[in-house]
Order: sequence, then structure tokens, then C-alpha cells
Amino acid sequence: MRSVLVVGASLAGLGAVRALREEGYEGAITVVGEERHLPYDRPPLSKQFLTGEYDAAALALGDAEEYQDLDADWLLGARAVRLAPAARTVTLADGRDLRADAVVIATGATARTLPGARGLAGVHTLRTLHDAEALRAELTTGRPAVAVVGAGFIGAEVASSARSLGLDVTVIEAAQAPLERALGREMGLVCASFHADHGVRLLCGAGVAGLEGVGRVTGVRLADGRVVPADVVVVGVGARPATDWLDGSGLQVDDGVLCDAGCATDIPQVVAVGDVARCLDLFTGGHTRVEHWTSATDQPRTAVRTLLTGVSAPAPAAAPYFWSDQYRHRIQFAGHLRPGDEPQLVEGDLESRSFAAVYRREGRAVAVLAVDQAKAFVRMRRTLRACVVALPRPA
Amino acid sequence: MITVCRIEDLPPGEALRVTEGVPAPVAVFNADGVLYAVDDTCTHQDASLADGWLEGCLVECPLHASSFDLRTGRPTCPPAKAALRTHHVEVVDGLVLLHVNVGEPA
Ligand SMILES: Cc1cc2nc3c(=O)[nH]c(=O)nc-3n(C[C@H](O)[C@H](O)[C@H](O)COP(=O)(O)OP(=O)(O)OC[C@H]3O[C@@H](n4cnc5c(N)ncnc54)[C@H](O)[C@@H]3O)c2cc1C
Ligand code: FES
Repeated sequence: MRSVLVVGASLAGLGAVRALREEGYEGAITVVGEERHLPYDRPPLSKQFLTGEYDAAALALGDAEEYQDLDADWLLGARAVRLAPAARTVTLADGRDLRADAVVIATGATARTLPGARGLAGVHTLRTLHDAEALRAELTTGRPAVAVVGAGFIGAEVASSARSLGLDVTVIEAAQAPLERALGREMGLVCASFHADHGVRLLCGAGVAGLEGVGRVTGVRLADGRVVPADVVVVGVGARPATDWLDGSGLQVDDGVLCDAGCATDIPQVVAVGDVARCLDLFTGGHTRVEHWTSATDQPRTAVRTLLTGVSAPAPAAAPYFWSDQYRHRIQFAGHLRPGDEPQLVEGDLESRSFAAVYRREGRAVAVLAVDQAKAFVRMRRTLRACVVALPRPA
Repeated sequence: MITVCRIEDLPPGEALRVTEGVPAPVAVFNADGVLYAVDDTCTHQDASLADGWLEGCLVECPLHASSFDLRTGRPTCPPAKAALRTHHVEVVDGLVLLHVNVGEPA
């Protein structure tokens, strides 16, 4: 293997470059990235960047010295539009063809939005530094009323950041119980109560019928006819894997690029990592697309071993992990829930908003949630037990 | 110099966070009988290393899992890049004593 092409210049793409060099690969590396920036850290975009605590420079993932050592070619502001698998050739939007012995797919995900949002000023999604700069500019001009559509983690963090800037904030959530899929009904409701604790209105079971306003948004119209007035609307309704450019590549794409446990796709020497990948997960026991920072840092190591050895090389099962900072609370969660998994409080209490809970399935600890209990969390995370999956034997 | 606690209150494998009388919080660890003290706040983002996972003389940050060598304060893996300040800690007459170093990290 003498050349590797990494598509996507963010957390997982940089992780792949780092892992290649750590494993002693000395060949050429080219990284193609649609954004004009070198890789930066996204989690602060909804947190410290939005509140003004961090500036753009504080988000950088690498530094000049590291980039020198990594010795990769960074083609930034360049979008890949096609992958021809047989020749492992990637075509860029400007028509250039890049050929390599191996391809790492690390194109992440893009924010979903609402119908009618395009062309309406004041409506935002939050995925990139560019998005965050535009949103911060609007939140810090005058005192806009803010509506956040979606009470997921990013929505909740934006609400918390906007609130800490002193703004009036309403969160609109379609489900009756926010965060139910991630944390289960009971704990989802507990975490959703942080909004009310800090003076943010949360409307649950509130479907969005449309956006109000001509040229500029003035409010969010709900399915029941109510209108939530707003000068700024942030749509936080999830992300979709960035796989459009893989149409016609022959790769299996179904809510992400399907991979085995070693991040290998069905095309030899093509691997996928991070938010775009749906790998067989030895912890959850199924193909799972995990949109967490830690997966995007761990998977590249696995994928690079697969590339360098030529055999799919799964890493030991590890519980998917994420954190979320909101309203000065730190939420940490590891594991994977199925309906019926019951949380049991093991540390602290719900009233004080400082607690840890372990979820069990047939007596086995499958997940742990902590709010402001990092010490208990790191210990309990290590007691989680994976699903047992039989790996297909190599042919 | 700060008196942290009695040595019985810091058994092997445990850590304490010192916030009083120090310019910035300090974490004191008992790593299998050897005491170490470093800045408590991770050099990456905002997490307390006293809450981290101690293994030998390495502590793993509870937020994004950078590991720090307690002997030098240096991170052994990303995302942290900068070293922690290390501080001098000793046991005298059963008391854990901390001498805070205000210089630059190694
Ligand atoms: C606001 C926000 C807050 C978050 N907070 C947390 C948190 O608190 N905790 C947590 O665990 N996780 C959090 N995450 C999730 C975490 O940031 C992601 O899991 C991580 O960024 C995934 O990295 P990635 O490299 O796979 O994808 P991405 O970071 O999405 O990067 C993909 C890159 O590929 C580029 N690209 C896409 N298509 C093409 C193409 N065709 N050609 C060239 N380039 C292309 C994109 O422009 C992008 O730069 C947050 C995410 C966001 C957006
Ligand atoms: S805060 Fe410690 S590694 Fe990120």
C-alpha cells in the first residue's frame, strides 16, 4: 500500500491520518475536505463557542508541529462527488480524479432541517463552524427571542447557551418524552427538566406545522395551531449521514455506509469511520451508526489496522460513550439501551440533579448514566457487559 | 505548604482534589503507595482529573480519555497536548503535605 486517500477532514479523518502514522505507514496520504478549515472540534460549537468562552482558534484539533510530522496533503474546500470502487478513484467537484491504494470514508453527517427553512433568514442549523458563527452573531445582536426545535442533546445545549446569554428561550419537542431513545423515558424526563430549572420553556408533544414569516422568520407554527413567536429559530432535529457522493459506488449504504466490525466495507481496501459509518458493533450486537465524538476517535484506529493488515481487524467491544454539557451540568452516558432496560439509581439523588444510574437487562449492566458524577461514572463504565455476537469466520 | 489529609484518608488507588489555599485546583493521587500531585484541571477542556481512572502512574481523564503520566504531567495520548504542572507531595508524621509549584509545566 503506497497511497491512502481520506475523504472528510474532521475528527475521524484526522484520526485516520494519525493512526496511519502511529502504525508506521510511511506512504502518501491525501485528505479531501469540503470545509475550508483544518480539522476542528465540533462539540464546543453548541457550548463554549456559542457562549463566547472559546474562539475559533481554541477549536483546532491539531497544531502546526503535528501537521508537519503527519506529512499529509490537505485538499481543503474540495468536495468529493464520486467514488469508483474498482480503481479506488475519487472524483472531486472540480473534475479532478484522485487514485489511491486505499480509501477512508470519513464524511460524517449533515444537519437535517425543516421544510420551508431555506431562504428564510433567522433559521439555523448547527453542524459547522460557519453555522456556529452565523448563529452566535444573531444571538448576540439585540435580545432575540429564541425557539429551538428538537430537545435532543444539541438542541438542549443550544437552549442552555442561549439562556446563559440572557435570552428568552422556548424548546419545541415532537415527542412526549424527550431523549427517550437515548436515555429511556424516565431518565429522559429527568434530564429534560433542566430546561424548566433554568427558566426555559419546554413544549412536549408539539409537532411543527411550519415556519412563520416572509423573508425573515417570526415564529414557529405548531400542529395544534399555536404559534411560538421567535426572532431566531434553531433546528436541532438530528443529522443524516453524508453519503450522497457514494451513489453509484456499489457500496452498501443504508443509514450510513455498512461495515463489518473492523470498519471494512464490501469493497476491498475501502473503510468507513465516524458519523458516516454503520459498523457491526460488538457491544450493541447490531449494525449501529454511532454519532459520538469518542467513536469518531476510536474507529479510525480499527479501520487503519484493517487496511494495513488486509484483514478486517475488530477492536474489543466497547460501550458507545458520549457526554453533553448543559445548564452547568455534565451528562455522561455509556452503553446502548433497548426498550425495557430499567435504570436503577446507584449514586446521589434526582432532586439534587447529581446522580448516577445503571441500566440492567436480565440482570446484566448494559448502560450507565451520570449527571455531575464523573468519578462514579468512570468506574461503572468499566463494569458494562457487551452483547455476545458471533463474528462471521473469515472465508 | 498545605496539609491535605491524614495518609489513612488517601488509600492506594484513591485521589483527592485540593481547592483551598491553591492558585488552581490540585489533584493528589495515591498510586499503589506512591503519592503524586498534579494540576486537577485537564489541559484539554474542562474536567477534573481527581475523578479520572488511575492505573499505575497514569490517570485517564474522565471526559475524553487523554492519559497523563503523573511523574511528569505529560499527556501520553490526544486530545490533550499540553502538560500538567506537577507538585511536590510528601508524608510527614502521617500527614499528607502539598507544596504547590507555580512554575511552568515540564
Ligand atoms: C454542535 C455539535 C455538538 C456536539 N457535541 C457532542 C458532545 O457533546 N459529545 C459527543 O460525544 N459528540 C458530540 N457531537 C458529535 C461529534 O462532533 C461527531 O460525532 C464528530 O464530529 C464526528 O466526526 P466525523 O469526522 O465522523 O464527522 P464530521 O465531524 O461530520 O466531519 C465530516 C467532514 O467531512 C466533510 N465532508 C462531507 N462530505 C464531503 C464530501 N463529499 N467531500 C469532502 N468532504 C466532505 C464535511 O464537510 C466535514 O468537515 C457534537 C456534534 C455537533 C455538530
Ligand atoms: S477534558 Fe480531558 S481529555 Fe478532554
